[in-house]
Amino acid sequence: MQQNEMKLEFDSRSCNESFARVTVAAFLTQLDPTLEEVADVKTAVSEAVTNAIIHGYEGRIGKVVILCRLEDRELYVEVRDSGKGIEDVARAMEPLYTTKEECDRAGMGFAFMEAFMDSLEVESELGRGTCVKMRKRIARENRQERS
Amino acid sequence: MNQIFTIAGTVMTIHLPAELDHHSSEQIRTEADRLIRTRNIRSLMFDFGGTSFMDSSGIGMILGRYKMMRFMGGNVLAIRVGEQMRRLLTLSGIYKVIDIYEGLPQQSGLY
Repeated sequence: MQQNEMKLEFDSRSCNESFARVTVAAFLTQLDPTLEEVADVKTAVSEAVTNAIIHGYEGRIGKVVILCRLEDRELYVEVRDSGKGIEDVARAMEPLYTTKEECDRAGMGFAFMEAFMDSLEVESELGRGTCVKMRKRIARENRQERS
Repeated sequence: MNQIFTIAGTVMTIHLPAELDHHSSEQIRTEADRLIRTRNIRSLMFDFGGTSFMDSSGIGMILGRYKMMRFMGGNVLAIRVGEQMRRLLTLSGIYKVIDIYEGLPQQSGLY
């Protein structure tokens, strides 16, 4: 069994959203994922990071921390902010629910994370921040298909 | 191709960037809304031809423009939509309200 871990910390600026998801995708290439698996992970990471920036920090500049771990064929990603926290996590996770409709938010962030990853856990404390934990298994067959 | 917006008559095409996320959506939406209001736009086309990434922020931006166009009695379509982008448009339910084309909608007579 092989384990590999990386940690990324960056300012909560929207220009870092692309940097964050591309970095996680690059780290994931070790498991030889399909293009679709890469796209799924990029979207999920983008959702979590965008949430941290828009909702966690609300325009204020703070730190977003991503912890990424590969264990066997599984990717574990944690996206953490030290922002304002979510009052009602269950409500926030309902599809189409958003507190920022006027900003064109679709209310689909958590729904996309759930759809594209195998598991999603959200921990949040008011005034302390939010941590999103996601897992995804990368199928082993990928390699055989291609060779 | 740096031109994001092209207008022909009352039809405006928004050539979406390679990656449509919160950052790039914010850059598009203000200018799009200004042009829709001031140029009497009746048809809005989102061109996905150069787009390979989108998240829910992109969906939100498109939905917002859709609401605006519908309010003004216009219509919205998405063109040159590839496999990956179609997945996201389907998952979000947006395909129910806007027409999605793999290529260019020739029957519309716009090209």
